[in-house]
Amino acid sequence: MSAQLAPQLVLGWHDWLGLFVHFLMLSLLSLGGAISTTADMQRYLVADKGWLSSAQFSESVALAQAAPGPNVLFVALMGWQVGMNSGSVAAAFGGMVTAMVGILLPSTIVTYQVAQWGHRNRELRAVRAFKAGMAPIVIGMLLATAWLLATAGAAGHSVPLYLLAGTSCLLIWRTRLHILWLLGAGALLGMFGIV
Amino acid sequence: MSSSDSTQPHPLPASPGALFVAFTLLALQGFGGVLAVVQRELVERKRWLTQDEFVEDWAVAQIMPGPNVVNLAIMLGARWFGLRGALAAMSGLLALPLLLVLALAVLHTGFREQPQVAGALRGMAAVSAGLVAATGLRLSTALARNPLPLPWCIGLAVLAFGLLAWVRAPLLWVLPPLGLSGCVLAWRRLGG
Repeated sequence: MSAQLAPQLVLGWHDWLGLFVHFLMLSLLSLGGAISTTADMQRYLVADKGWLSSAQFSESVALAQAAPGPNVLFVALMGWQVGMNSGSVAAAFGGMVTAMVGILLPSTIVTYQVAQWGHRNRELRAVRAFKAGMAPIVIGMLLATAWLLATAGAAGHSVPLYLLAGTSCLLIWRTRLHILWLLGAGALLGMFGIV
Repeated sequence: MSSSDSTQPHPLPASPGALFVAFTLLALQGFGGVLAVVQRELVERKRWLTQDEFVEDWAVAQIMPGPNVVNLAIMLGARWFGLRGALAAMSGLLALPLLLVLALAVLHTGFREQPQVAGALRGMAAVSAGLVAATGLRLSTALARNPLPLPWCIGLAVLAFGLLAWVRAPLLWVLPPLGLSGCVLAWRRLGG
């Protein structure tokens, strides 16, 4: 259980500023969606800074998936958890706002300004080259995120957990089965200690 | 026969308020991602967009940095009502779901010590990993139509995957050089 213990933090203003700036940067790098930067969030929040435990990190992603709404809300939960780890609900609200504004503000401004231009000029060679050149890298980023999510909860040795992730992937990719059924099945399997 | 002809009549949202309500409702239906619901609600039910317009807008929403569905909301809101529309659609998508997910997180804190709860989340996290991987695999079928030759595409994707998942390199070191290489290669393939 020791790996699941939440870190006890004392965060100064420079830590919050660092978190904000890091998420501002990730926002601009989040091609393919905020989820594609999850690998880097894990590196920053868990491995480098130790602000979240590995379990808290994957919990944030799983809880956001289990609730309705855009996936990006997992970022709000991470900010919330960092604040809770530093000891207060006020800090948790602060962390949530810091992380969400950070991850949304730059991309929102860029999208608002550039999207109309890109829409009008979608036949331009530069626009087509950008789309084509980025596509394979976006896919690599998504697969890396999946890999890190699958291995974070498994602590490196859980074959049933890998099987569950692999099976879900195949079912979602190949069938029209609703994600809610799979999340429910995953929750039940975990609840009874099968994975 | 362009079905994205802008003169073709189709209904439009009445006000930014209507946009806010529509995006709130579709966000509440979307578990594990909202894209499928956006397509069903806005294209098939409300007919605010044609299928072709949706596909084009979705491609741009994916290229822009930021959450795809949020980007799509910003683009559509901006097209219909300018900045007010963009903010209405985006806040509709985020406001109520944010409160719900927070409630869920607080509820979860109270029950964290229970092994069943930890187990359930572990199982759901594995399913989430599968969902993300499946999204990547679904998108990868589009690589066959990419102007870059397929082996180059696979090479770039594998390189990005290996550096991020195994080397654990920061995204800031991986994305700009790989992205630039991909774009330059594509630019040259598209020329002449």
